[in-house]
Amino acid sequence: MDASEPKVPLVEMRGIRKSFPGVTACDGVDLRLGRGEVLALLGENGAGKSTLMNVLAGLYRPDEGEIRIGGKPVEIRSPRDSAAHGVGMVHQNFMLVDTMTVAENVVLGMAGLPLVPDMAEVKRSVLELAEKYGLRVDPDAYVWQLSVGEQQRVEILKQLYRKAEILVLDEPTAVLTPQESEELNVVVQRMKAEGKSAVFITHKMEEVMTFSDRVMVLRKGKVVVEKVTSETSPRDLAKLMVGREVLFRVEKKSFEPGAVILELKDVRALDDRGLPALRDLSLKVRAGEILGIAGVAGNGQRELSEVITGLRPVSSGGISINCVETTNKTPLEIIRSGVSHIPQDRIAVGAVGDMSVASNLAMKGYRDAPISRGVLLLPRRILDLARRMIESFRIATPSPETRVKFLSGGNIQKTILAREIESCRSLLVAVYPSRGLDIGATEAVRKELVAQRDAGMAVLLVSEDIEELLSVADTVLVLYEGRAMGTFPSAEADPEELGLLMAGVERKETVS
Amino acid sequence: MSILFEKRKNISRTAQVLVPAASFVVSLILTGILLLAFGADPFATYRAMFRGAFGSGRAFTETLVKAIPLMLTGLGVALAFRLRFWNIGAEGQLTLAGVAATGVAIFWGRWMPSFLLLPTVILVGCLAGAAWAGIPALLRTRLKVDETLVTLMLNYVAILFSEYLYYGPWRDPKGYGFPGTEPFPEAAWMPRIAGRAHLGLVFALFLALALWFVLNRTRWGFELKILGASPQAARYQGISVERNIVLAILVSGALCGLAGVGEVTGISRRLQQGLSLGYGYTAIIVAWMGQLNPLAVPFVAVLMAALLVGGDQVQMMMGLPASMGILMQGMILFPLLAGSLFTEYRIKRTARHPAAGAAAEGAE
Repeated sequence: MDASEPKVPLVEMRGIRKSFPGVTACDGVDLRLGRGEVLALLGENGAGKSTLMNVLAGLYRPDEGEIRIGGKPVEIRSPRDSAAHGVGMVHQNFMLVDTMTVAENVVLGMAGLPLVPDMAEVKRSVLELAEKYGLRVDPDAYVWQLSVGEQQRVEILKQLYRKAEILVLDEPTAVLTPQESEELNVVVQRMKAEGKSAVFITHKMEEVMTFSDRVMVLRKGKVVVEKVTSETSPRDLAKLMVGREVLFRVEKKSFEPGAVILELKDVRALDDRGLPALRDLSLKVRAGEILGIAGVAGNGQRELSEVITGLRPVSSGGISINCVETTNKTPLEIIRSGVSHIPQDRIAVGAVGDMSVASNLAMKGYRDAPISRGVLLLPRRILDLARRMIESFRIATPSPETRVKFLSGGNIQKTILAREIESCRSLLVAVYPSRGLDIGATEAVRKELVAQRDAGMAVLLVSEDIEELLSVADTVLVLYEGRAMGTFPSAEADPEELGLLMAGVERKETVS
Repeated sequence: MSILFEKRKNISRTAQVLVPAASFVVSLILTGILLLAFGADPFATYRAMFRGAFGSGRAFTETLVKAIPLMLTGLGVALAFRLRFWNIGAEGQLTLAGVAATGVAIFWGRWMPSFLLLPTVILVGCLAGAAWAGIPALLRTRLKVDETLVTLMLNYVAILFSEYLYYGPWRDPKGYGFPGTEPFPEAAWMPRIAGRAHLGLVFALFLALALWFVLNRTRWGFELKILGASPQAARYQGISVERNIVLAILVSGALCGLAGVGEVTGISRRLQQGLSLGYGYTAIIVAWMGQLNPLAVPFVAVLMAALLVGGDQVQMMMGLPASMGILMQGMILFPLLAGSLFTEYRIKRTARHPAAGAAAEGAE
């Protein structure tokens, strides 16, 4: 074993096994975390990182294995038990109540809370903690008013308020701007200086390098390697994580754009709360072009994809596809004009979890031959088509009849991708297509997007991963608060500058 | 040892049949305990119930008589529930269809060619049932009004309206003050097949097959399946959520309406008190116990009808309250709802302690 191993581990997990139907998520994993140490858990989707941490946080009970905290064996049956042992987890999907204030969320669900908590006292301590760790947030604000980054700060404050000694962060930077990630790092370093420890789950190499002291790579439920971060490199880690060499570059043909396929002119639209989400947005995407939309989540990306696909009304301005006006047409009319859409929310919108893989793959094509004749569906043809698509898109599923919700995130995305690419005739709108996917699946998604472009389709790619935009897109448009901050050929774009534009920096300077 | 629940990957067909069957057995046991408390012998009571429901040709046709409206309302409710539209207004849709059918039968019967009368009565009745279901469907899709409350309250409106008619303006002047309309002309009678069991049985069985086919083999059925599973996903696939909900609920109301038509044209041959014996509510149990599968609904409907008929027999022969049958129907629902745990989950037994776990692993 490694020499850097802490002498008195704060947390020790031994031989943790946890299986779900058909999968062994953790297969005898050992983990040690020292006091004042930051450990990165690196691995692809389905490698067992989240499962392992959910076991520590009391959400899952292991089938086998032992957990020791401070050297003593403990039994963790619920999140409350785990909190009592000083473990606090910040989940990928925040566990906050939108209609309550920050301070209320901080104390919500705490053990031994009096019937009427002293909120003034709570607010005071929240402010104190916020000050100490640099987590700026207003205790009186309602959670729905906060940005994703701020919500994450509330989650961290919640754990600090509960005196967590061991903070578990599940893909904390997935939703943050580069600047926000930097701030998060500061918080983690301060906690470390106080002797607190952290485990964070990730599949981004840069994060491992900047945040952690030690890194543990998981693959298929097993520990592949454990190393001191400074003694390794991103390329090594990627190789260990995937089990083979990874191409960070995407091969594509030279950029030869054709006719304009999608055009937006001064489009305005409102978000779900009735606030302006798109403000006079104009853009063009040509055949054989990938237009990348850069921006922090929540700056109008979802609304942009929805106005194009007819899912959200345009309040003013116009949209045309293939020179045909499609403003406020129905989703079906827009589908009929050859538009495909990989939606942001793949579980609830893009796929139907309770239906089979075959049914999900048929959801665009069922209206036409060969899988339907008149009003009749042809189940055998649906299965044949599904088998062919499962094969060509390499969707890992036990059978075409398995319910989609039992596939991994990457395979659910591949299912959607297969269906949408199969039906794409002119424009593909892809919203965060590789979000949360592992390296292997991300690579597959990017290759497909480029293949569509090379085949002469127009592709609108919404992403918050600058690296992805620069390697895949031909042109990059930065979206901030529903406005275009600028459009650049990706070859000339500078990541640093894009990051600043994404944070709205240029606009603030010019306004004030 | 401790017990673990593991989510099933594929819905188990065995469990889908086994769970309703086991629920029925559990309800027999629970009711048996109650019977013992009443001082009755559960086995003798069940034997009497069975004989009452299936013991003779007449008993069996009477069971079918009650099964017909349960099949039709059961199908209607199952269709609505598949879309997560909680139509608990089958009773009202049945009643209003009975009222509309009665209106056609006694007023148009005077001038309409007799071969056209019954088809018209059926059609108008179904349309009335559809319209009555259409109100909550439109309120839900246009104004987001909760359909559970609206369908429930419209039951009372329909029932009280029917009472107003047969106590008031439609009361038979030659009826010696008995609350009910005049009898229908013979041309508006639903032909009977055996005993009092009428042609509605054939309709119900045919519609069960037809509904299964539509749901499983047509484009519209596929759209309804997506819609039922996730309205957001349906909208994204270009399926109009509002239009399809309204259409399906109209069909649901028409099916419930046909049940009402069958009752007035096939059984009472007039509109009178006791048009429905709560069929519209029992339909909810029928739909759930049939796992919302149209092909299972007829079987479950016969079982539920047997409980009703058998309950009556128990009252006559053993002096127990007739509501014993209804009580058993209710008793089925609880284990049934609890049983969905087993259709969705697989049960695994594991060891509590890690050390013991290794041992158990080896033994398995």
